[in-house]
Amino acid sequence: MLRYAAGQVAKFVLLMLAVSLVTFALVSASPVDPAQANVGQAALASMGDAKRAQVASYWGSDLPFHERYLNWLAAALHGDFGTSLRFNAPVADVIATRAGNTLALMAVAWVVGGVLGFALGVAAGVRRGSRLDAAVKGYCYLLASTPVFWLALVLLVVFSVQLGWFPMGFSAPIGVASSDVTLADALHHMALPAITLSVTGVANIALHTREKTIDVMESDYVRFARTRGESTWGIVLRHGLRNLAMPAITLQFASISEIFGGSVLVEQVFSYPGLGQAAVTAGLGGDAALLAGIAVLSAALVFGGNLVANLLYGVVDPRIALRRGKLSAHAANETAEGGAL
Amino acid sequence: MDGEQHHHHSHAATSAHPGHHHLLTVEDLSVSFRMYDEDAPYFSAKQREVAVIENLSVSVHVGEIVAVVGASGSGKTLLADSIMGLFEPNALVSGRMWFDGEEMDAEGLARLRGHGISLVPQSVQNLDPLMKVGRQVEGFGARHGAAEAKAARERLFARYGLGPEVADMFPFQLSGGMARRVLLCCALADEPRLIVADEPTPGLDLPLAVRAMDDFRAFADDGGGVLLITHDIELALRVADRIAVFKDGTVVEETAVANFASPELLRSEFARELWHALPEHGFEAPVAQDDTAMHVGVGEQFTCSPTPRVAFKDEGRDEC
Repeated sequence: MLRYAAGQVAKFVLLMLAVSLVTFALVSASPVDPAQANVGQAALASMGDAKRAQVASYWGSDLPFHERYLNWLAAALHGDFGTSLRFNAPVADVIATRAGNTLALMAVAWVVGGVLGFALGVAAGVRRGSRLDAAVKGYCYLLASTPVFWLALVLLVVFSVQLGWFPMGFSAPIGVASSDVTLADALHHMALPAITLSVTGVANIALHTREKTIDVMESDYVRFARTRGESTWGIVLRHGLRNLAMPAITLQFASISEIFGGSVLVEQVFSYPGLGQAAVTAGLGGDAALLAGIAVLSAALVFGGNLVANLLYGVVDPRIALRRGKLSAHAANETAEGGAL
Repeated sequence: MDGEQHHHHSHAATSAHPGHHHLLTVEDLSVSFRMYDEDAPYFSAKQREVAVIENLSVSVHVGEIVAVVGASGSGKTLLADSIMGLFEPNALVSGRMWFDGEEMDAEGLARLRGHGISLVPQSVQNLDPLMKVGRQVEGFGARHGAAEAKAARERLFARYGLGPEVADMFPFQLSGGMARRVLLCCALADEPRLIVADEPTPGLDLPLAVRAMDDFRAFADDGGGVLLITHDIELALRVADRIAVFKDGTVVEETAVANFASPELLRSEFARELWHALPEHGFEAPVAQDDTAMHVGVGEQFTCSPTPRVAFKDEGRDEC
C-alpha cells in the first residue's frame, strides 16, 4: 500500500514537471511575440530602443527559454506561481477567481452527463433493437459527431437570441455590482454553457455504456440467472449494475479531461469568465506563467480523477482488491481448497 | 430391460410413470435460425433458414438420468436452451413439450425456469464474477424469505462438502471441483423437479466425473429427473439409465443403457457404429458403407485418451 502511494506521488511529480516544461516550451516556440501582442504593433514601433528593451524584459522575452523556465520552477516550488502579465495579478489569484466558475460548470456537466448517459446507455443496451434503443443511438451519433462550439452557437442563437430565455453571455448580469449578484443570477448565466457541455457528454457515455450493457446481457452469468427465473430488470439491477460499475467509473473519470477541453470552447462562445477563457487569453498573449498555471491545475485535476477511479476499482472488484492486498488469487484458492478437503 | 417401444423410446428399469405421464416430454422439436446467406455477396445476401435441431423427441421419466450424447458443437446446448424457454430473437422454434403432464408454451417454459426446471451449467463463467458465491446460491426467487434461503444454502453446502467460508468467496477464488459443486447447489437451491445438466463435467477425468454424477444419481433417486447433455458416451453409459443418441440435430435412438450390451438390441445404424467404436469392443471404426447419410465415419469422430475413454471430438465451441 505504501509502495503504491509512493509510486503515485512520483508519477504525479513527473507529470507536473512534464506539463509545465511542455507549456513553457510551446510558449517560447510560438510565433506570438508577447511584447508585440500585448503592447500593440503600432505602439511598439513608435517606442525608443530603451523603452522596447524595458517592455521585452517585462514580458521576459529577452531571457533564453531554459532560464525563464528554471526561474518559474524555482518560484513555483516555493508556492509562487508567478505573475500573470496579461491580468497584472498573481497567477494564483487569477486562477482562484475563475476556477469557481469553471469548476461549477464542469461539475454540473460531469454529473448530469454521467448520470443521464449511464441511464440512457443501460436502457438502450437492455432493450437492444427497440425504438428506445434506436432513439438513444440516433441522438448519440448525432451529438457525438457535432463539434461542441457549433452546438454552443446553435443553442445561443435559439435560446438566447430568438427565445430570450437565457443571457447572451458572461457569468453575471451586466452593470450589477459583483456583491449584488444572486445565486439565481449565477445559475441563470451558467445554465446554457452547462447544458451544452452535458448534452455532448451524454452521447459519449451513453454509447459506451450501451455497448458494455449488451456485453453483460449476453454473458453466461446473465443467461444462467435467466434460467433461474430472474426477470430482465431484476438481472439488470442485481448483476448488470454491479458489472457495469467498472466501465462506468473508467468512463466517468476519463471524461473529466474531455469536459475540461470542452469547457475551453464553450466558455469562449459564451464569454464565460472561467479557466478555459483565461487559458485562451494567456495562450494568445504569450502569458507563459498563467498558461503554465492553468495547464498544471488541469493536469492535476485529470490525474486526481484517474487516481480516484483506480482506487474505486478496488472497492468494486474483489479481484483487484485482493491483488492490491498482496494476497494473490492463487494463494486464496489454495487455502480455500485446503479448508474444503 | 424393457424392449417395448412407446413414445419413440424404450424403457429402463428405473423409468417410472407416476400419474401415467413423463416428467418431461419433448416431441418433434425443431429449431432453426433466420440468417443471411454467408456465401452470397454482402449486399445481395438473402435471408435463409438454417435448421439446427430437427424433429427431435426425447423424454425423461421420474427417477432416471437420460443422457443426450452427441458431438460438441452439434446443437445440444440449443436443446437445453429450448427446454429452458430461452430463445434467440432470430430463432424459429416448433414442436410440443410437456412438463409433468402439462403442455407448455413459451410462457409456461419461462415460468418453469428456476421453478421446476433448473440448469446446471458447464463452468464458473456462469456465476456473476462480482457477487459472493453464497448469495448466488441462495438465489433471488421470492419463494422463501432470505433467512430460509440462507438455511437451505447452508444445508446444501454441508451436504456437498463446501465449507461455510466458501459462501464469502467470489467465483474466481473457486477451484474447478468447488465450482462444479457450487453450480449444482445453485440448481438444487431452487428445488427443481428436473435438472438439465449441460456438459457439467468438462475437464474432469472419468473417476471424478463419475463421482460428480453420483450427485445427479442421488437427485434422481429422490424422485427427480435429470437430462444430462454430454459428448462423453463412456460416462453416459456408466451413469445414465437411458441414452438418447444425438446426431445431425435429432435423436436417432433413445434406448436403455442396458441395450448397449449388444449391438443387436440397437435399432439405428449410428448407435450400432457407436457400440463398435467403444474401447471394449475394439475401437472398431466402421468400414465405409454405402450409407449416404453417413458422410463421416464414426471412427473419425472419436478421440481416445490414455485411460481408455471415448468421447466425441470437439467441433468448436458448444454454442448454438
